[in-house]
Amino acid sequence: MPEITLLQALSQGLWAEMERDERVVLLGEDIGHAGGVFVLTKGFQEHFGEDRVIDTPLSEGGIIGTSIGLALNGLRPVPEIQFVDFIYPAFDLIVNEMAKMRYRTGGQYSVPMVVRSPYGGGIRGGHYHSQSPEAYFAHTAGLKVVIPSNPYDAKGLLISSIRDPDPVIFLEPKKIYRAVRGEVPEEPYMVPLGEAKVTREGEDLTLIGYGTMLHVCMEAAEAVEKEGVSCEVIDLRTIMPFDLDTILGSVRKTGRLVIVHEAPKTCGFGAEIAAQVSERALLSLEAPIIRVTGFDTPFPYSLEDVYLPDAASVVRAIHQSMNF
Amino acid sequence: MKEFEEPFQIIAPDGTCRSDLDPNLEEDALLNLYRMMVLTRAVDTTSVILQRQGKIGFYVPSTGEEAAQIGSAYALEPSDLIVAAYREPGAAFLRGMPVERLYHQACGNAKDLLKGRQMPSHFGDGSVNFVPASSPVGTQIPIAVGAAWASKMKKDGRVTLVYFGDGATSQGDFHTGMNFAGVYRVPIVLFCKNNQWAISCPFSKQTASGSIHIKAMAYGFEGRQVDGNDVLAVYVATQQAVAKARRGGGPTLLEVLTYRIGPHSTSDDPRRYRDQAEVDLWKQKDPIDRFRIYLEQKGLWCKEDDERLCAEAEAHAKEAFDVAENTPMPPVESLFEDVYETPTWNLKEQDEFARLKVGQT
Repeated sequence: MPEITLLQALSQGLWAEMERDERVVLLGEDIGHAGGVFVLTKGFQEHFGEDRVIDTPLSEGGIIGTSIGLALNGLRPVPEIQFVDFIYPAFDLIVNEMAKMRYRTGGQYSVPMVVRSPYGGGIRGGHYHSQSPEAYFAHTAGLKVVIPSNPYDAKGLLISSIRDPDPVIFLEPKKIYRAVRGEVPEEPYMVPLGEAKVTREGEDLTLIGYGTMLHVCMEAAEAVEKEGVSCEVIDLRTIMPFDLDTILGSVRKTGRLVIVHEAPKTCGFGAEIAAQVSERALLSLEAPIIRVTGFDTPFPYSLEDVYLPDAASVVRAIHQSMNF
Repeated sequence: MKEFEEPFQIIAPDGTCRSDLDPNLEEDALLNLYRMMVLTRAVDTTSVILQRQGKIGFYVPSTGEEAAQIGSAYALEPSDLIVAAYREPGAAFLRGMPVERLYHQACGNAKDLLKGRQMPSHFGDGSVNFVPASSPVGTQIPIAVGAAWASKMKKDGRVTLVYFGDGATSQGDFHTGMNFAGVYRVPIVLFCKNNQWAISCPFSKQTASGSIHIKAMAYGFEGRQVDGNDVLAVYVATQQAVAKARRGGGPTLLEVLTYRIGPHSTSDDPRRYRDQAEVDLWKQKDPIDRFRIYLEQKGLWCKEDDERLCAEAEAHAKEAFDVAENTPMPPVESLFEDVYETPTWNLKEQDEFARLKVGQT
């Protein structure tokens, strides 16, 4: 199997779905003629035409708003928000309309669509090119939220999201668009939504991460292995609906839990995981649940390495948990 | 408020008709338009009373705006799509939504197509291609533009008509929708019912441009001002815009001048912010009175006909409400349906909790 990057895998998945289903249309700023600012959709417009790979006016509200209408009238739009930090002009349309169309119309209308957007820090992007807003969307009834961490999952999860009957926010870890490579089958395949993946089995402590932070978790797990600490690492993959069974199974085995995400700590998605584990597996816990996260500050520019969780801070949290 | 510069009109307030512009509709069609306007008024009057009696929680009246609703909806094919604001019950009735459905929705009962999930006046009916209203003003505009765009891509020949008010034109979503509609030349009629008031904000404070139809110019397509209390003018103008859209001519913005005779909703008291003299002036331009005079002059209608129709319409509204009032509430489990196509684990768990709460398990 060929080794490709996460970005190439996403590109393959999109291409495959456009070949399979002519209802799939792409909309976004600079995605067509220019091939996207990350060159993810290079060659798409030449192949599928301007009517299916659409360069839109510079308007996130227009991209999302019209995509909702396209979906309502039978198409399967996959709009791109160039950086997720720019998604907020469309926030009302996402949380009040896209997420609620099926519910508020009593099931008379639905809007299957996938909002793709690069997210996350570590690229020297400052406040407007680095955010991780998954918790806003996970908190919104009617949305599914997906974040892949590797090329294989990226392709399979994207295909599943496009075929899903409900609207999906699909966040792509742009820091590792090209940094992570992996074997990816050339044919289309699905990775089911709502299922986490145990990427490393262990006995002593559970680490949960997703997106870029999954790799930070893996690095930390390898570092403490030399000390004799065996970490189980879970890649959450779908933030909503998240795979609570896999989390609980692991915590019941290890008794210790460290959750890692780059979004701010307070009301971050780690808080939800911690609450669920506390409610259901308290007596399995040998130590308090620890969250290693971004700070409750805006995302910084010069000090982003201080802001972002790294393997060393995860290792410290592991030590803290093991020594409790 | 700036005076209008001759909006498109066929029937003058005194009932006289510009015969050169008269679409010469068949007698049945004319009478159908009139019946629908009277029915809409009767439902309005009945609903406000029901709200005052505490029988429904809320209502958005559209008295005075019947011609704008009925004339526009009549210009569409049944397969065309209407994306509603929330002051267009008449358009829904004309398309075939039974009055009963409006009251099922107002009661939020088990027969409500929306399954009891919205306040009254957010009705809609997919079977007649009428997308239910949402409260945030203006969001329906880019969504409707997207729906129309899909029709263009699919070449299904369908036209979309989106309703909104003068207040909505201050929202970013209006400008976004207008821009996309213009750039992609989608088959849509952007139907602005300028009823002069957005709750307490008069049109003069909504925009400094003096009119709304001229805003279309900036987006590269036609805007047109229409007398919204003249049902034939509304029909003809909408029909022309629909025909243009269907033959690939792109969008049209119609600014349809009318007046919100009643309050914004049953929770509002307009006496706090507007002059009764202005209301009285507009009552003299009543769309139903005007059309009745036109029909009478044509020899198609008389006083006795009118008395009978008004009584029938009132009875119809009351009977429809009685049916809705005596329909049970939605079942508890419906709370968890339609969040997603298939409920997720957390919803299934919360469904069990809700049933415990109401003593069903």
